[in-house]
Amino acid sequence: MIGEAFAYIPLAFGKRTRHEVLFQMYTTGIKSLGVITIVALFIGMILALQTGLELRRFNQEVSIGTAVTVVMMREMGPFMTGLIIAASVGSAIAAQMGTMVVSEEIAALEIMSINPVRFLVTPRLIALIVMMPILTVYTNILGVVGGAVVGATQLGVAFNAYFDNAIRYADNKDLYVGLLKAMIFGVIITTVACHQGFGATEGAVGVGQATRRTVIISFLTILVVGYMVTRLFYS
Amino acid sequence: MIRFENVTKRLGRKIILNDVSFEINAGETFVIVGSSGAGKSVSLRHMVRLLTPDRGKVYVGEDVVSHAYGKDLERIRSRFGVLFQSAALLQWLSVGDNVGLPLREHTAMGDEEIDKLVIEKLELLGLEDAFEKHPADLSGGMQKRVGLARAIIMNPEIILYDEPTSGLDPVTSRTIDRLIDDLRKELGVTSVVVTHDLHSALAIGTRIGMIHAGKMVEIAEPEDFIKSDNEVVRGFLEAQYITKEGTWEKEGES
Repeated sequence: MIGEAFAYIPLAFGKRTRHEVLFQMYTTGIKSLGVITIVALFIGMILALQTGLELRRFNQEVSIGTAVTVVMMREMGPFMTGLIIAASVGSAIAAQMGTMVVSEEIAALEIMSINPVRFLVTPRLIALIVMMPILTVYTNILGVVGGAVVGATQLGVAFNAYFDNAIRYADNKDLYVGLLKAMIFGVIITTVACHQGFGATEGAVGVGQATRRTVIISFLTILVVGYMVTRLFYS
Repeated sequence: MIRFENVTKRLGRKIILNDVSFEINAGETFVIVGSSGAGKSVSLRHMVRLLTPDRGKVYVGEDVVSHAYGKDLERIRSRFGVLFQSAALLQWLSVGDNVGLPLREHTAMGDEEIDKLVIEKLELLGLEDAFEKHPADLSGGMQKRVGLARAIIMNPEIILYDEPTSGLDPVTSRTIDRLIDDLRKELGVTSVVVTHDLHSALAIGTRIGMIHAGKMVEIAEPEDFIKSDNEVVRGFLEAQYITKEGTWEKEGES
């Protein structure tokens, strides 16, 4: 299914489909900003506090800028964004597709010779591939800012020193690998959600099971694939 | 027009259709009746290859729809309009967008031209005020009429109706029956209706076929159908208080 969805990407930039892609990007991106903002800020604050307290023992608390930035860009940014989007957007996609199967809307599309993969999956795939890296950058920035706030208020690390440290030691590779992970997570979430949704049977119970399975399988796959990408680039 | 040739279909462990053969002629309204789970909707789904027979063939004209793929299947399906039991409208689209969807997907028509045709079909079905509304804002009967408008927007040769009156009150059910009959008369389409509502079947059918335990046990015109001596048919008729001497109102004759 996902190979077919990729094959239809060139057709998604026509006038009529473009609107659907933009709508999905809005749903995925803008509507997720609230929860991502809160999670990203607190992840950055927790990271700064935990690493800062340990580094203080060695009088190295000024290094929390580097620690928070590198951890956010390499791992926590894409990982937390992936989990949030899997739980919110992925589950919503699975529920919508499942309901469409149960209420015969998918069959109606087939009868009208409208390919459900092109019509439904491809716009969501593009939206997630585009929005996941953007949301990850947003998560990274807020995480680093959250760390700076904790650094300044609880660890005595001035903003200037924190950001100077963060920029000096962070590597472009960290950013690129993180964004690559985010794109891969976007593909994983779309694939799992659409596959589970299209496979839904047995009415409302089936839709509920498809939604539950989507969240669990997406979480586990993101975890395993995240480790494999890290190992590929950093071992 | 549509021909079942020794079709057998098993779903899970249950045989739903068992060596079923029958033919539907062009221009008629063929009504398939039977109790729940008898295989009525399964038969309908074979006609557009939403299901594939385990054995046997389903013909649409000269085409074998049961073995068609890709562009061939699209071409055969383009001859059909289908009204699903649940109307199957896309919930996030307005009524206008739902009805115009096949035109937007398969023709090069501009938005204005499409809207004009959509309004024409909605007017035909008494839904001229529903263009901007969403399916959730409509009653069950209105949703079915919107589904019917979408089914006929591409001017199909054949319209399939899956339980078109189920869940509707008697007055709305008769309105739907009248629409089905009008479409046959005005557009000359071949109609296949699946229902367990015998009053509806007798009112709109040119022929009625009854499926029972995976077999087509009777095919007859309404006048002969109520006089059938087949035990299964008699039981089904009497369960709906229709006797051999009974009368019913034929659509278009009132």
